[in-house]
Amino acid sequence: MNFEICDLPAHELVSRLKRGEFSAEDALESTLRRITQVEGRSGSLDPGSPGPLDAQRVHAYITVTEDRARRQARAVDEALAAGRDPGPLSGVPLAVKDIFCVADTTSTAGSRILGNFVAPYTATPVARLEQAGAVTIGKVNLDEFTYGSSNESSAFGPTPRNPWALDRVPGGSSGGSAAAVAAGEATLSLGTDTSGSVRQPAAFCGVVGLKPTYGRVSRYGLIAFASSLDCPGPIARNTTDAALMLAAIAGPDRRDATAANTPVPDYVRELNNGVRGLRIGLSPGFLRLRYPDAATGELSEQGVQSEIEQAVRQAAETLADLGAEIVEGVELPSVQFGIPAYFVISRVEAASNLHRYDGVKYGYRFDGPLADLSQLYRQSRGAGFGTQPKLRILMGMYVSGEQYEKRYYERALQVRTAIRRDFERAFDPQGPYRVNALLAPTTPTTAFETGTVYGDSVLMQYADLLTVPANHAGIPALSVPAGLDSRGLPIGIQLMGPDFSEGVLLRIGRAFERATGDQTWRQAKPAILQDLARA
Amino acid sequence: MSEGSSQEPITEAIFQHLVQLAAFELREDEAEYLRRELNAQLTSIRDLEAIQIPDDLPITSHGVPYGPQIRPGLREDEILASGLADGILAQAPKVVDRYIIVPDLPRTELE
Repeated sequence: MNFEICDLPAHELVSRLKRGEFSAEDALESTLRRITQVEGRSGSLDPGSPGPLDAQRVHAYITVTEDRARRQARAVDEALAAGRDPGPLSGVPLAVKDIFCVADTTSTAGSRILGNFVAPYTATPVARLEQAGAVTIGKVNLDEFTYGSSNESSAFGPTPRNPWALDRVPGGSSGGSAAAVAAGEATLSLGTDTSGSVRQPAAFCGVVGLKPTYGRVSRYGLIAFASSLDCPGPIARNTTDAALMLAAIAGPDRRDATAANTPVPDYVRELNNGVRGLRIGLSPGFLRLRYPDAATGELSEQGVQSEIEQAVRQAAETLADLGAEIVEGVELPSVQFGIPAYFVISRVEAASNLHRYDGVKYGYRFDGPLADLSQLYRQSRGAGFGTQPKLRILMGMYVSGEQYEKRYYERALQVRTAIRRDFERAFDPQGPYRVNALLAPTTPTTAFETGTVYGDSVLMQYADLLTVPANHAGIPALSVPAGLDSRGLPIGIQLMGPDFSEGVLLRIGRAFERATGDQTWRQAKPAILQDLARA
Repeated sequence: MSEGSSQEPITEAIFQHLVQLAAFELREDEAEYLRRELNAQLTSIRDLEAIQIPDDLPITSHGVPYGPQIRPGLREDEILASGLADGILAQAPKVVDRYIIVPDLPRTELE
């Protein structure tokens, strides 16, 4: 395949753009050309029957905002021509998960109930990326309101496919984001991670995904799911790009009272400081899991996919060779209860956040005959929400009912404290382990086949078993590619650290990237790009 | 819709109460699926009861403690015009003279 600007990592694209090798408009055109080649039909509310090419395309986007992108690219080029620096992300093609409001674009949350909603303002992290020079290509698909781990629950079809194996899911809920970055349909993507929704699709699609510390990035303009857990985060091709992107979006925001008032380090400058002297922990709780049997639903202890465990152990050896000290046997006894606690906390918050959609002020309104306002609510919410939001709302109402609140909701909040304390003990500089970071698999399996899990809401939720503990604890976590399984599917490993230690995690990830840079699997390309090269 | 097993904690009656509170109009097959999945999820949620937790373990509203060193201060109590009123009103499904129109409110005539 010939050189394409859209396949460059962001940091290289920016430096070559600033050297005058090509323009921001060239970068945009390259990305739009790739979209034409691999995207197929973008998601819509009435996709009709599957077409003959649907199974061979990615379908990452819901909306491509081409005219807006052209204006932004032109502005970058004009600034450079005038001798001004348009910013650290000058001309970088960006895909925004359609859970963020972007002024004057449809902002759908992947739901019929917001299918016609045009946001009157722009979310803070998107605005910051655009101020840093990024060019927003459009809005990418996701599980409806982010409720899922496969992207199959979106009301907009065809739903995204995994560029590495088109019969498999890209993961979720930021599935469109990870698929777009892997397929060259965007260089960076802004996702969100509530229980793993940045890291799990990043692992499935062979890209880097970072869930920052809760509060590191403003949530202003993010359509809320579970407000105590939601974190906007970067999806990128490597750790340098993730560091660049995090630096652009992090920091206090007067519009979000939970955005932490703490300085943003220079993540890029710290990147190549290596791992010598760092203590990196391995925990048995992240390798032996309590997982539901697909047939019976009974929970039983199982291991992660053996090739994934092997990738984690090889990564530990690599990091040890680079000078890190590996600490085995870090006990985190409460993390195994992350999913049950998440079932409760996330549903209670979802039910609360989704009451605002009523067919009155914005979004979908039932247009048949209506006797009164209460029927308007029932019909609009009944037809506007898909199955997964309904399920979450109903469960949220059940477990927060007066008679069940203590038994379920308060107990889940206590479990969150217990999980947090497990991590605090692991990271405590005076504690028994004193680790700077924990190394674990990102997912129990590699990408699963489309249609094999969707519908079983319990099994689907357990896809987040290894990612959700970091959300409960609020700590940052980074997923990086670490190889391919025997089917050629990407494997992701994750690093978790104390609050606001994103710089350390990115350093470890970068050291791992450099040490494995010449390994064969690093040269592998997603299947759809191999097909393109052969065409 | 089947009555389901008496072992299921979310019975048909409880389910209908939840549906009413949530303000949903549901198809029959959809209701059946939702109730089955809710009961399946509760099986997992009940795992919480097996955990040994000291009764006095405090709850957290989110994982990261918001100490004074990172907590943003209170904003000035001042009015800032958003300039977004027209854009917001433009999203309302039915507007007349800048009023959002809805059907009649449910009401009962008093004797």
